[in-house]
Amino acid sequence: MKKILYTLLIFSCISVGFAQQTPAKKQTEAITIEGATAHLGNGKIIENSLVIFEGGKITYVGSANMKIARKGTVINANDKHIYPGFIAPAKSLGLVEVNAVRASDDQDEIGDMIPHIRSIIAYNAESKVVESMRPNGVLLAQVTPKGGRISGTSSIVQFDAWNWEDAIVKEDDGIHMHWPNYFKQDRRSFGVDSGFKPNDKYVEELDKIKSFIKNSFAYGKSTPKEMNLAFKAMQGLFDGSKKLYIYANGEKEIIDAITLAKENNIKEVVLVGGYEAHKITDFLKKNDIAILVNFTHTLPEFEDDDYDLPYKNPKLLVDAGLLVGLQNASASNFQTRNLPFYAGQIVGQGLDKEIALQLITSNNAKILGIDADYGTLEVGKSATLFISEGDALDMRTNILSKAYIDGRDISLETHQTELWKRYMNKYEETK
Amino acid sequence: MKTRLLVLTMLWCSSFLLAQDYFPKNDGVKSKNNNYTAFTNAKIYVTPNQVIENGTLLIQNGKVVQAGKSVTIPKNTVTIDVSGKSIYPSFIDIYSDFGIKKPERAPGRGRTAEYEPTREGFYWNDHIMPETNAIATYKFDAKKAKELREAGFGIVNTHLQDGIARGTGILIALNSEGTDANRVLDDKSAQYFSFNRSITKKQAYPTSLMGTTALLRQMYNDMDWYAKGNIDTKDRSLEALIANKNLPQIIEAKDKFKDLLADKIGDANGIQYTILAGGDEYESITEIKATNAKYILPLNFPVAFDVSNPYQAGYVSLDNMRHWNLAPSNPKVLSENGVQYAITLYDSKSTKTFKENLLKAITYGLSKTKALEALTTIPAQILGKSSQIGSLKSGSYANFLIASGDIFDKNTTLYENWVQGQKSVVNDINLKDIRGDYDLIVANKTFKLNIAGQTSKPKATIKEDTIKLDSKIKYVNNWLDLSFSTKNDELYRMTSLASNSSDELSGRLILPTGEETSFKAIKTKSFSEKEKKEKEKEALTLMPIHYPNIGYGSATKPKQETILFKNATVWTSEDDGILKNTDLLIKNGKISKIGKDLSAGGAKVIDATGKHVTAGVIDEHSHIGLYSVNEAGQNSSAEVTMEDAVNSEDMNIYRNLGGGVTTSQLLHGSANPIGGRSAIIKLKWGETADKMIYSNSPKFIKFALGENVKQSNWGSFSRFPQTRMGVEQVYMNYFQRGKEYDELKKSGKPYRYDEEMEVIAQILNGEVFISCHSYVQSEINMLMKVAEKFNFKINTFTHILEGYKVADKMAEHGVGGSTFSDWWAYKYEVNDAIPYNAAIMHSQGVTVAINSDDREMSRRLNQEAGKIVKYGDVSEEEAWKMVTINPAKLLHLDDRTGSLKVGKDADVVLWTDHPLSVYAKAEKTIIDGTIYFDIEKDKQQRKLIQEERNILINMMLKEKESGKPTQKPRKKLNKEFHCDSL
Repeated sequence: MKKILYTLLIFSCISVGFAQQTPAKKQTEAITIEGATAHLGNGKIIENSLVIFEGGKITYVGSANMKIARKGTVINANDKHIYPGFIAPAKSLGLVEVNAVRASDDQDEIGDMIPHIRSIIAYNAESKVVESMRPNGVLLAQVTPKGGRISGTSSIVQFDAWNWEDAIVKEDDGIHMHWPNYFKQDRRSFGVDSGFKPNDKYVEELDKIKSFIKNSFAYGKSTPKEMNLAFKAMQGLFDGSKKLYIYANGEKEIIDAITLAKENNIKEVVLVGGYEAHKITDFLKKNDIAILVNFTHTLPEFEDDDYDLPYKNPKLLVDAGLLVGLQNASASNFQTRNLPFYAGQIVGQGLDKEIALQLITSNNAKILGIDADYGTLEVGKSATLFISEGDALDMRTNILSKAYIDGRDISLETHQTELWKRYMNKYEETK
Repeated sequence: MKTRLLVLTMLWCSSFLLAQDYFPKNDGVKSKNNNYTAFTNAKIYVTPNQVIENGTLLIQNGKVVQAGKSVTIPKNTVTIDVSGKSIYPSFIDIYSDFGIKKPERAPGRGRTAEYEPTREGFYWNDHIMPETNAIATYKFDAKKAKELREAGFGIVNTHLQDGIARGTGILIALNSEGTDANRVLDDKSAQYFSFNRSITKKQAYPTSLMGTTALLRQMYNDMDWYAKGNIDTKDRSLEALIANKNLPQIIEAKDKFKDLLADKIGDANGIQYTILAGGDEYESITEIKATNAKYILPLNFPVAFDVSNPYQAGYVSLDNMRHWNLAPSNPKVLSENGVQYAITLYDSKSTKTFKENLLKAITYGLSKTKALEALTTIPAQILGKSSQIGSLKSGSYANFLIASGDIFDKNTTLYENWVQGQKSVVNDINLKDIRGDYDLIVANKTFKLNIAGQTSKPKATIKEDTIKLDSKIKYVNNWLDLSFSTKNDELYRMTSLASNSSDELSGRLILPTGEETSFKAIKTKSFSEKEKKEKEKEALTLMPIHYPNIGYGSATKPKQETILFKNATVWTSEDDGILKNTDLLIKNGKISKIGKDLSAGGAKVIDATGKHVTAGVIDEHSHIGLYSVNEAGQNSSAEVTMEDAVNSEDMNIYRNLGGGVTTSQLLHGSANPIGGRSAIIKLKWGETADKMIYSNSPKFIKFALGENVKQSNWGSFSRFPQTRMGVEQVYMNYFQRGKEYDELKKSGKPYRYDEEMEVIAQILNGEVFISCHSYVQSEINMLMKVAEKFNFKINTFTHILEGYKVADKMAEHGVGGSTFSDWWAYKYEVNDAIPYNAAIMHSQGVTVAINSDDREMSRRLNQEAGKIVKYGDVSEEEAWKMVTINPAKLLHLDDRTGSLKVGKDADVVLWTDHPLSVYAKAEKTIIDGTIYFDIEKDKQQRKLIQEERNILINMMLKEKESGKPTQKPRKKLNKEFHCDSL
């Protein structure tokens, strides 16, 4: 039986060809999904649920036991699961296609303090890597430049678009700053056992940041005759229209970074990384700092650290009462399709599944400032969601049958599924 | 005046020593001094074990005539009474670069490496320079010689410290009065080797530890071949090697792992090296002892880390702290285990820190006799020069020290160091000790004067009543200059010649007014060191050794147990499938029984209700636990083996255990089409590398295709091959040569043993299996065709990202595929890599494994197998086989491990949950019936690590407070190795 299904599937798709999947049409007809376990993304769960969306917005979320009219196409999703689309922060998705091919790499501009660099205009809506996110439920991302001290300005996109303008969910949402390291690798001793030593220039590097922020602030208080692109780009940080994403991992670096930002009129600060944030949760709470914590599939930073510290680090922060989202900024872009499994890993450490889910849905939406429309299954929000055969946080059961972005029924095919079918078909035929 | 005296003395001395009989003399008349010198009433250490109290040492013409209790003193003897003093043989440093110009680094190594040698008529590898003779560039360094004599040394054995084969050293007496005619005792005293490339040469090979090891092995083979007259060209390197093979052979290893590796190389070639140690030998003392080698020990004990800043303290790992704590006990541990060693100044910052560390080693339990042996008789023995140096036996060079007492006591003064009968003064032996408490009477007032410090550098404290006054003291040639200022800022200056007959000091006093009068100081108490000594006697806190001696090591090595898992879900990875509510018994390291209601006997019973028991995870492609990954210096490096570079103390081994991994194939990297041979290990955390490597291990070699071997992703354009077309030709060439080599070998005719060709021939003969790093279908197909031309099969394609495109051809060839679950997009050749690859290959009958090539992913291979269920709908049972029995099959280990079957090795994991699930944690990881990871024990160890760190941090803080030197905190570099790493 399975085999026949297989073959059918193959034939139905083989005609699709090799280009990026064509973006789906606007939702014109209501869709009702009935019977699934709905994971709302806000910590709540509805067994045997009913979800209706029309015109790209969710119009009903509740129990299938409710005797209300089903609208439009009704999808029976008994034994299946429905989730809000997962959101990947701090990624250069669409900015680089093949890491080792320089010509395909647009993620890192030269210069140290370049907040005016905007990722969105280089975002490749037709990237095969971006496309490969969707079958795992990752439907949105913060497209972020990399490198330098201040790398530039990110924008938030959805993953089914003809071009970068269509992809925009939130344009120029934040500025990304990589905090200097307190310890630096010592490269002087060529051939000899090199290691990390205190960074002699740490204070100097801090001072440069401080000076840049202060100058940006002063610039904004005047009506300058000559425009300074970099200073101008920073203004959103002072009026709260943009967030400052600070990448820092060490206890001291985090304290220095947040203190400096707060002392210099920056309204919204998000900590990205936070390897040692669990040691200073009181400080972070006092300063009302949200964290986009490192993904779990990493190694401990120090030899004596608990072997599972990266696995449980997000839980430690959640338990302390902080607003925690999950990112994999330091991983290759293609890995971002594993975002749900990074969250699943924390469940193995004792975190409640629905809370773990929040880290890649509602919490990421809140932190990125798109929670009015995305991140949960709630009435009035965008119908950006998917149906999975099983638990979407576990790799063996994360198997999508349907996904929607703003109510649009998107393709779950990719360059990869096409190759799969193409070659399975070859082998079937030559049998 | 002084200068003139000096010149006169020098002339006199030189005439004494330069009087070589057959040299003409034009600056005076020939004259000879055949007088004797006798040192009487001394405590004489003829050897460390032969001590004469109140003895006489008689010397003549730079040699010892006799040392004894009753020595007949000839009439023409100058007698020096040294009663109360001790005489020791001068020290020997046999690992020195004295008088040799430091090698200079060759400028700029670009990314495009140099593959060819720069020399002609020498060995093919520039780093092999046995033809180097230190004597050719040696120049006596009088300044350094003085410094060394002041530290007690009379002899150094020096060589050019550069390259892998470094040539011969020379034995030098540190006699500044003589000439090289006297001083050079042997111009070919020993032959030196190391594991370090020459810094003056740029030839790429070898780039790695295993490459260096292979090169040393090949060098010895070529030496034999050359010696038998089989090479018709001139090779001055090999000729030198042959000429010097009977000299003492000394190799620089510098850590416990390389100590053992060096000894292994020596054993294979009938050489017993003397090994320059690293200071961490105490951690593997059993293995070190078993080498039966003599060692040369640097005293480079680490200073404490400055952990006063808590943010910085966190960067220092427990093992670095522990090494700080334990390193000073290394000499003692070696001695107690009967390991013989010489002590060297090598790697000591200065002679001062050397002495401090020597005394420290004694404080840590090193016996003074052993210390003296290490500085005298043993180095002499190593060099085969016991009759000439290292003791005060008759006929030895008159190299000796005169000290105020025990040479290993901090307060002992070294007066003189005689080398070849030539005196050099370190401290004035006639200087009177004026230290003590005095009543200082100055202008009818009595002050309290205390003189302490060293005899030759005393320190003065002067008090008026209880108030300390500013004072200055200078003491030379028994002349004391003392001055102080009173509260009213009145300056008093005094000068006095200390008398040998009285303890009273008296002499000229100059009053603040300039008026000259006299002063007197009456001794009230003699100086004593006692108070200080008591302070130093504070008990030493020494941390216990762990296995391995880093965090998460065990205080005792884990032992085999009899274990019964009750009521588990058992994943057999066999035809039996998944058995629910089943028991599994482990006994004598094997799986003893699988079934229902098994009885415990004496077994440790583990309730596994709701839990899962599986075979241990096997990673076909790993680079954890290695000191080095790629030998990139040539396009083939079949001669290297990763077994020479296994680092059993890599924390990632422990972390992998925490992810249920029990076996890993440690592969060579992918820098060249023909890489190196593998090390296949069981992750027996706490055992040495040798015990981790499978006994009777199947032999594998890494091959590689594609962008890495073409060097596509960095600017290197000089090495063949640069295209996939060239890659094929590398193989064609090597296999053809391997075939011809094998034919010659089998013909019984003489042949040059070539380790590289041996391995290629073994591949052709099916004795070594290929695991080939591969990406695109064209090259995969190519290699299978090449193998078929030479009538053998490729065993495994590893990575094999486009395997799905040629899965039918792979099945036909009979090759397995070991792939990533979902990696792609990181380079051009992985554009068509798809996560369905494993499923498709599996569907076509290829044996499929999921591998990591990544020290992080390797600890979650169970989850990576879970992805294969998602991508391509493989059954859970089959997916699980992809990380257990399938890799075992690919590694030819399936008769021993990889599944749960009675009689197989008990490599077993207990999981909290469904093993393919992201939620599962390994609770216990068992290898050969021994628990190497236990989640509960892990929790306890976390606590112990914190406690021990705390103790050590406090000790280091105290060290800093007491004013001792510290170093900046330092985080160890955790090398991350992938295929591409060098």
